[in-house]
Amino acid sequence: MIDTALQAKTVVKAAASVAKSDESEGMSYLESLPRRLVTLYLPLFIILVVLLFPFYWMGLTAIKPDEQLIDMETYNPFWVIHPTFKHISKLLFETQYPQWLWNTMYVAACATTLSIIASVLAAYAIVRLRFRGGEAVGVLIFFAYLVPPSILFIPLASVIQAYGLFDSPLSLILVYPTLLIPFSTWLLMGYFKTIPFELEECALIDGASRWQILTRIVVPLAVPGLISAFIFSFTLCWNEFIYALTFLQSTPNKTVPVAIVNEFVDGDIYKWGSLMAGALVGSLPLVILYAFFVEHYVSAMTGAVKE
Amino acid sequence: MTTIQTSMPARAVHADTRPLWDRLRTNRNWLALWFMLPAAAFLILFLAYPLGLGIWMSFTDERIGRTGVFVGLENYEWLWSDSIFWLSVFNTLLYTIIASAIKFAIGLYLALLLNRHMPFKAMIRAIVLIPFIVPTVLSAIAFWWIYDAQFSIISWSLIKLGLITQNINFLGDTDWARASVIFANIWRGVPFVAITLLAGLQTVSPSLYEAATLDGATDWQRFRYITYPLLTPIIAVVMTFSVLFTFTDFQLVWALTRGGPVNATHLMATLSYQRGILSGRLGEGAAIATAMIPFLLAAIAISWFGMQRRKWQQGSDND
Repeated sequence: MIDTALQAKTVVKAAASVAKSDESEGMSYLESLPRRLVTLYLPLFIILVVLLFPFYWMGLTAIKPDEQLIDMETYNPFWVIHPTFKHISKLLFETQYPQWLWNTMYVAACATTLSIIASVLAAYAIVRLRFRGGEAVGVLIFFAYLVPPSILFIPLASVIQAYGLFDSPLSLILVYPTLLIPFSTWLLMGYFKTIPFELEECALIDGASRWQILTRIVVPLAVPGLISAFIFSFTLCWNEFIYALTFLQSTPNKTVPVAIVNEFVDGDIYKWGSLMAGALVGSLPLVILYAFFVEHYVSAMTGAVKE
Repeated sequence: MTTIQTSMPARAVHADTRPLWDRLRTNRNWLALWFMLPAAAFLILFLAYPLGLGIWMSFTDERIGRTGVFVGLENYEWLWSDSIFWLSVFNTLLYTIIASAIKFAIGLYLALLLNRHMPFKAMIRAIVLIPFIVPTVLSAIAFWWIYDAQFSIISWSLIKLGLITQNINFLGDTDWARASVIFANIWRGVPFVAITLLAGLQTVSPSLYEAATLDGATDWQRFRYITYPLLTPIIAVVMTFSVLFTFTDFQLVWALTRGGPVNATHLMATLSYQRGILSGRLGEGAAIATAMIPFLLAAIAISWFGMQRRKWQQGSDND
């Protein structure tokens, strides 16, 4: 375990450099252009096309008129001739989609905030207070990260039922932190370890309490780590499916992933337009968020795996 | 009191008035307890307790709306003779092994490609991760449409190319359904493996490659004797996570096939949901979920020893 904790530092450093482009050419001048074409650009191009095609298809279907969707002979299916916003406007104005989107954001924001607060306190205690058994607590939290939701949802359903939280967004707000706290705590432990001890010692001598040290010194210095943890946790909440599927029953309470799977699936042959519009609108907020915080996201992901 | 005052002057101010409160506020162990409390409350109430409760429920005949009675191993005996359960175990293992192996191979290859010098490097790396950002269910819905029996774009393209004569029934035929689900899982998992391995690759010093090249090492030798050994610890961790999440996967399969056709894609998690929540037999569902635990422990143990081996290889115990 010590081993994993120590690896963390190097990987957080490495992760920060993933998103940055280094301009060093290395030994690449030894290769001729045709050789690079075959060994680098061609395979990379193929992989990128495969990775992005489902999104292209999602976006294309969302703006395709119905008759072009099912007539693949007269129209080239890879393109759209008269794009329409019918599916998207139908989604936004004739279904409860805005409500679902709001539920998802509300649950994700609340659960993430709760988890970050709990994680900051826990990570600080483990790293800096060095209390009796702190090491063991760190290991336990790491193991909590390895417990998957798929083995917990049945007993959790009965716990939620017993607390009277069934079919309420509050159930998700309380349960999601179990997914987020272990990960954020490990991530923040890595960041806190990089903050010099001397700063805290100075503050202690000046008479600051531990609480003041945490809020005035440690947290402001760990802002990049907090952003990473926040972005990654928010994405995880948005993505979560099995708890939301199990705990939420009534249509207006559902989150986007659950609603899309259950509410749009009728026998209608024309459902695809609105389904794809729903998937597109549900993904866009996350992709936009990601575009702004790529580096933080990457360091959270690689950091969490290592720690 | 005098002795305490000399040894700990910071505390002494209130020490005589409210000693207990003061001790709770400044003693390191008590302070740590307060700091740990929120996280511990969440993890105990909604993680540790349900974990234990799930194992207990698997020994009862609990159903939705009625508390269960202890029935011993009855649920497990029932599952032991249930061919659908064994089919789901087989599917889960097949799904995990094939998907993880391919994710590792393609992920490592992609990481090596991304580690090379090229224009727009940062942008390409950012784009690669997009499948991982988009919620699984939403991309699964896109795959559902791509795999449609009538309007599949893959079938259409292959027919136009003259490779097949009629539509492929991607999600209706047992073998195709398994392959389709595995492909979707690989598609989603590769970016994660690639980007984390790339983070590891960047810690490898370029001078090692330069030295090896001067000594006449081939591409393969440079990979085999420099990259691979230095990457082993990260590979161990990444693959444990990948195996763990693939093994317990639920949402992708549920969104694409719900376990069909004829249970060919039922994983243990989806079967547990179907039996436990949809059919209301909570005890049986919990037994299926509990049956996953030994496999998870095995995966964790393998990664643990993977990391130990690395420590031994490097011959040091700190950085």
